[in-house]
Amino acid sequence: MNFSYLTDPAHWDPSNPGSIPNLILSHLGYTALALLIGAVIALPVGLYIGHTGKGSFIAINAGNAGRSLPTLGLLMLMVTLLGLGLLPVLIALTVLVIPPILTSAYAGMRNLDHRVVDAARGMGMRPWQVLTRVELPMALPIMLSGFRNAALQVVATATVAAAVGLGGLGRLLIDGLAVNDYSRVLAGAIVVAALAVLVDLFLALIQRLIVSPGLKGS
Amino acid sequence: MITFEDVVKVYPGGATAVDHLSLELPTGKITVLVGPSGCGKTTSLRMINRMVDPTSGRILIDGRDVTQQDAAQLRRGIGYVIQHAGLFPHRTVLDNVATVPVLLGKTRREARTAALGLLERVGLTADFAKRYPAQLGGGQQQRVGVARALAADPPIMLMDEPFSAVDPVVRAQLHAEFLRLQQDLGKTIAMVTHDIDEAIKLGDHVAVLRTGGRLAQFATPRELLAAPADDFVASFVGRDRGLRSLSFDSAAELPVRPVDGIELDDAGRPVGLPGVFTKDDSLRVVTDLVISSPGGVAVRVGPDGAADGLVSHHDLADYLASRRS
Repeated sequence: MNFSYLTDPAHWDPSNPGSIPNLILSHLGYTALALLIGAVIALPVGLYIGHTGKGSFIAINAGNAGRSLPTLGLLMLMVTLLGLGLLPVLIALTVLVIPPILTSAYAGMRNLDHRVVDAARGMGMRPWQVLTRVELPMALPIMLSGFRNAALQVVATATVAAAVGLGGLGRLLIDGLAVNDYSRVLAGAIVVAALAVLVDLFLALIQRLIVSPGLKGS
Repeated sequence: MITFEDVVKVYPGGATAVDHLSLELPTGKITVLVGPSGCGKTTSLRMINRMVDPTSGRILIDGRDVTQQDAAQLRRGIGYVIQHAGLFPHRTVLDNVATVPVLLGKTRREARTAALGLLERVGLTADFAKRYPAQLGGGQQQRVGVARALAADPPIMLMDEPFSAVDPVVRAQLHAEFLRLQQDLGKTIAMVTHDIDEAIKLGDHVAVLRTGGRLAQFATPRELLAAPADDFVASFVGRDRGLRSLSFDSAAELPVRPVDGIELDDAGRPVGLPGVFTKDDSLRVVTDLVISSPGGVAVRVGPDGAADGLVSHHDLADYLASRRS
């Protein structure tokens, strides 16, 4: 084991564009963009399907199909179709995050206690109020667990961006392998793993803050 | 007053839940809808606040057809209590109670202040305000459910099996408090239960529904026990109708004989006898005392606890016989 790449201060100098901090930033950038786009697409669809019960097969099958798609293969296909650039990477990563977000939004809505929803309607909440004041807060723990799942996957997988010439922590892996610099590969693997743990801890903290204490342990 | 005018509800698929129901629920009284499962009692209740709309016929509240009103607006003016309370698990007890006032435009602060008073009203201390529903027992949740329904001071309350999810001891307690509360508030209450004893105990009027959603009898509990309309009602009302109907008769008119032959303390209170009654008790209480006391005698006491009369087996039997003539 050779940690020399990881421990070399020059590799942590932010003024150097290829340094680890800059790679982390671009890595987080891809991750956040993919999660954002994925959530914008998958949340409304998952919530709608869960709320109405219409098209449950979409939620279940999309989940399974999405999980079995190899991201690297999809990325290469997109590059062939669209050329190099950020877009194919974002498409590949978004396809990765949609299934867990969609299925957990669906599951969160399906598992609501219908008596509570009935009470909310019976007290005079309008459909939008029932959704935002009762259903969403109650579904939040399950939805967030799906989101955390998606975040973990995309942090680990965003390394593929480097395979098509973009940045991110994948650079350390790809470039390291290309020049047989295993110290650099090891550094990349360690930083990606650490980043995944940190992102998950951060989201866990958010979850603590926004999920009602009344829903803990349920 | 809530009026059902020839109301029919047929669900998609053809099942008739409510079959030509006409009924008047008087203002300020408790009307209990009771019947076996599939009798349409819950559907009928839910048509009052438009959780279900009738297939034909009309439901009027003080003369206004409910289907002509905005459903959400209508519901905010009607208290709604359901089985298992249906509290919002993500909100504190206080915020649960404050729900409807906030919907009606009160600030959260005003609503919370009012909610605190209501908690007290249903027998919960301020300690409960910050707790979450999951931290409460079944009876406590149900109290919060009642407080939540009362929060906007609606003239009408709908209660769907409100006491059926709690154990018998808690239920009896909740019954007593509910009746005391209703004495103060005088709401127009429609309640659904499958338990005829609960209906008789709580209702000013009882509507017995039969399977298929038809009204079998609408009467006061006393009439229901004394004169069931048909075999269905008689069997639904159950055994011991005669004895149970004595609960509705006061012991105030019951003649007593002078206190003699029982041991009294200095203040004139009977010593060593577990069972005494007052003029406020029912004839059922007296009957039970006379039967269970070793000497076959029940002792009546005044407000100060001093014995002021005796009733024997014979006295009671004579009195009951004289009432029949």
